[in-house]
Amino acid sequence: MAAITLKSVKKNYGKTPVIHGVNVEIEAGEFIVILGPSGCGKSTLLRMIAGLEEVTAGEIHIGDRLVNQVEPRDRGCAMVFQNYALYPHMTVAQNIGYSLKVAGVPRAQRDERVRAVAKSVGLEDYLDRRPGQLSGGQRQRVAMARAMVREPKVFLFDEPFSNLDAKLRVAMRAEVRRLHRDLGVTSVFVTHDQTEAMTLADRLIIMNAGRVEQIGKPSEVYNRPASRFVADFIGSPAMNLIEGMFDEQGHFVYGRGGRLAAEPLNGQRRPGRKLVLGVRPEAVRRTNEQKPGAIPALVEYIEELGAARLIHADASGTRIVAVETENVDIPSGAPVHLEFNDDALHVFSAEDGRRIDAHA
Amino acid sequence: MIERSPLFNAISYAMMVIGFLIVVTPFWVVLVAASQSLSEIARVPMSLWPSAHLWENIEAAWNRADLGPKLLNSLIVALGVTFGKITIAALSAFSIVFFNYRARMVCFWMIFVTLMLPLEVRIVPTYSIAANALSPFQTLLDTLGLTGLISALTGVEVSLNWNLLNSYTGLILPLVATATGTFLYRQFFMTVPDELVEASKMDGSGPMRFFFDVLIPLSRTNMLALATIMFVSSWNQYLWPLLVTTDRENYGTVVMQLKALIPAQNGTPDWNVTMAGALIIMLPPLVIVALAQRWFVRGLISRDK
Repeated sequence: MAAITLKSVKKNYGKTPVIHGVNVEIEAGEFIVILGPSGCGKSTLLRMIAGLEEVTAGEIHIGDRLVNQVEPRDRGCAMVFQNYALYPHMTVAQNIGYSLKVAGVPRAQRDERVRAVAKSVGLEDYLDRRPGQLSGGQRQRVAMARAMVREPKVFLFDEPFSNLDAKLRVAMRAEVRRLHRDLGVTSVFVTHDQTEAMTLADRLIIMNAGRVEQIGKPSEVYNRPASRFVADFIGSPAMNLIEGMFDEQGHFVYGRGGRLAAEPLNGQRRPGRKLVLGVRPEAVRRTNEQKPGAIPALVEYIEELGAARLIHADASGTRIVAVETENVDIPSGAPVHLEFNDDALHVFSAEDGRRIDAHA
Repeated sequence: MIERSPLFNAISYAMMVIGFLIVVTPFWVVLVAASQSLSEIARVPMSLWPSAHLWENIEAAWNRADLGPKLLNSLIVALGVTFGKITIAALSAFSIVFFNYRARMVCFWMIFVTLMLPLEVRIVPTYSIAANALSPFQTLLDTLGLTGLISALTGVEVSLNWNLLNSYTGLILPLVATATGTFLYRQFFMTVPDELVEASKMDGSGPMRFFFDVLIPLSRTNMLALATIMFVSSWNQYLWPLLVTTDRENYGTVVMQLKALIPAQNGTPDWNVTMAGALIIMLPPLVIVALAQRWFVRGLISRDK
C-alpha cells in the first residue's frame, strides 16, 4: 500500500502550466527527496501534497484516501518550512503545542507531549524562550518538533536547511536521518542541494521544468542517469557531455574531428544520429602514451581541490574535466591522453536528451 | 541626511525650541489662567505666572458644567468609538488581505474612498439615518412596492423605525467606520509572512482562530497606536454629539460642555473658570497619549520582531 500516490498531477497558474502531469508512488516509511533546480516546480508539488495549493488536474491520494478536496489539517501531514514559520509571539512550548491546542487536547496531556518531543530534538532547556531568542538551528528544531508533535502520517520538508550555514546543515541532516529512522514516518523532502538529497534519500525524484526526469535510488540516479539533464545535474564536478555522432566504424566523432572508439553500435546508436556522450570526471583517466581508446587533449588549467585536482582539458574543441588523484604538476598547454572507463560511458539522444542503452 | 556642524546644530536646536514654544505656549496660558482669581485675570496685561486659585476654579468649573456625568459620557463614547473602530478596521483589513474574492479590491477602494468623505460632508444623510436606522430598508420596501403588497395581503402597515438619537449607540455607531484604521491594519497584515498563514493552516487552525491567536497578538503595537489616535479624535468630537443629542442633560459630552463654560454676553467674565474647565477636559487624552506614546511611535514607524 503506497503512502502517497500522485496520478497525473498537474498545476497551472492561470494559463501557465507549471507541473505537467506527475505520477509517483511513495511507499510507507520511505524517505523521498524531490530534487531540482529552482523554479522546477518541486515546492509546488510538495505544497499540493500538503493542501496549500490546489490541484489543477489529477489525483493525490494519501493512504487510500483521495485528498484533492481535503483541508490541509485533515490530511495528516505536518510541514517544516524554509523560514521556520514560527509564531513570534509564542514561546517554544506554545509553538510546539499550538496544533494540539487547536485540536482541543487537554493541557496536561499537551504539556507532556510537548516535553517529550522537545526532548527528542534537544530543546528541553529552551521551552520558555521565544523564537527571536533562538539561533537558526534551534528555530529549525522547533519547527521540526512542531511537526512531530502531531504524530503525522507524512512529514513534508520544504527546503528546511537553506537558511542554515554549511556546518549546521550537515548536523541537521544527520538529525533528520536519525528522526526518520526512529519514527519511521513517510517523509517528502524538497531541496536543490544534491549532497543533501543524495545523503538523505531512500529514493530521489529529479524534477526539471515541471516534469519528473527520473525516480530512483541515489546510486541508480548517479550511475544510470535517465536523461542528459539528470546526468548534468547530479554529481560534482558535473559529468562531461560530449556532443557528436557515430561513424560507420563505430567511432564516436566529436568536436573538430576527434574520434573515440566506443561501445558497440545498435539501432539507436546508428551512424549519423546526433548523440551526447556522457562520462563522469572520475571515470576519466590520464595516460601518458597514445593507445587505442584514449583521446589526445591539451591541458587548459588545473583546479586544486586538496585531496584531488581537476584537469580541465580541451579535446578537439570539447572541454573535458578529469579527476586526478595523483599529486602531479602539469603545466597548461601540456598534451595529455585521456582514457574513459568503458562501462562508465552514458549515451543520450541529442534531440530529447533521453538515455540510450547499448542493449536496448 | 545627517550633517554635524556647530552652525547646523544651532539651527536645529533653534527650530526645535521654536516648535516647542508654539506647541506649549497655549497650554501654559490655559494653566496660568486657570490658576488666577477673577480680578487677576481681568488685569491687563495678564500675568504669565501661575497664581494660587487653581483648585477653587476647577471646583467651580466642575459644578457649573456638570463635568462628572459628562466626563463619564465622553469616556463611554470615546472608548466605544475606539473599540468599534479597531474591531472594524482589523476585521475589514483581515478580509482584504487574507481572503481571495473577486470584489476584494473594489471593497478596499470603496473603504479607501471614504477618506475623502469626512463626517462633516455627509452629516445630513448620516443624521437622517441616525433618526431612523431602518429607513434605508423602509425606502427599499416602498420603492419595490412591497409595503403596499404586505398591507394588502395581511393588513399590516410596515413601518420600520429604530431611533438612535439621544443614545450611546447613536453617539458611537456612526463614528466607528474608519478608512485610516483599515489602511493601517492592511499595511501591517501585508508584512505577515505567508509561511505563518500556511503553518497555522497545517496546525489546523481556521481563519478566525488564526486571526485571534496570531494576528491580534502580533498587531498589538499597531493596535495601541491606532487606539491612541482614535481615542483622541473621538474625544474631541463636537459636531456629531451636538447634532445627535437633544437630551444634553443625560447624553452631553464634555467637549459640548465647553460652550457652557464660556461666560455669557453680559455675565461675569470669569475666564479663569472656563480655562480650568478646559484643563479638565483635555486631561484624559493627554494622559492616554503620555501613557501610550512609546508604543504609539513604535506602532507607526516600525514593527517589532
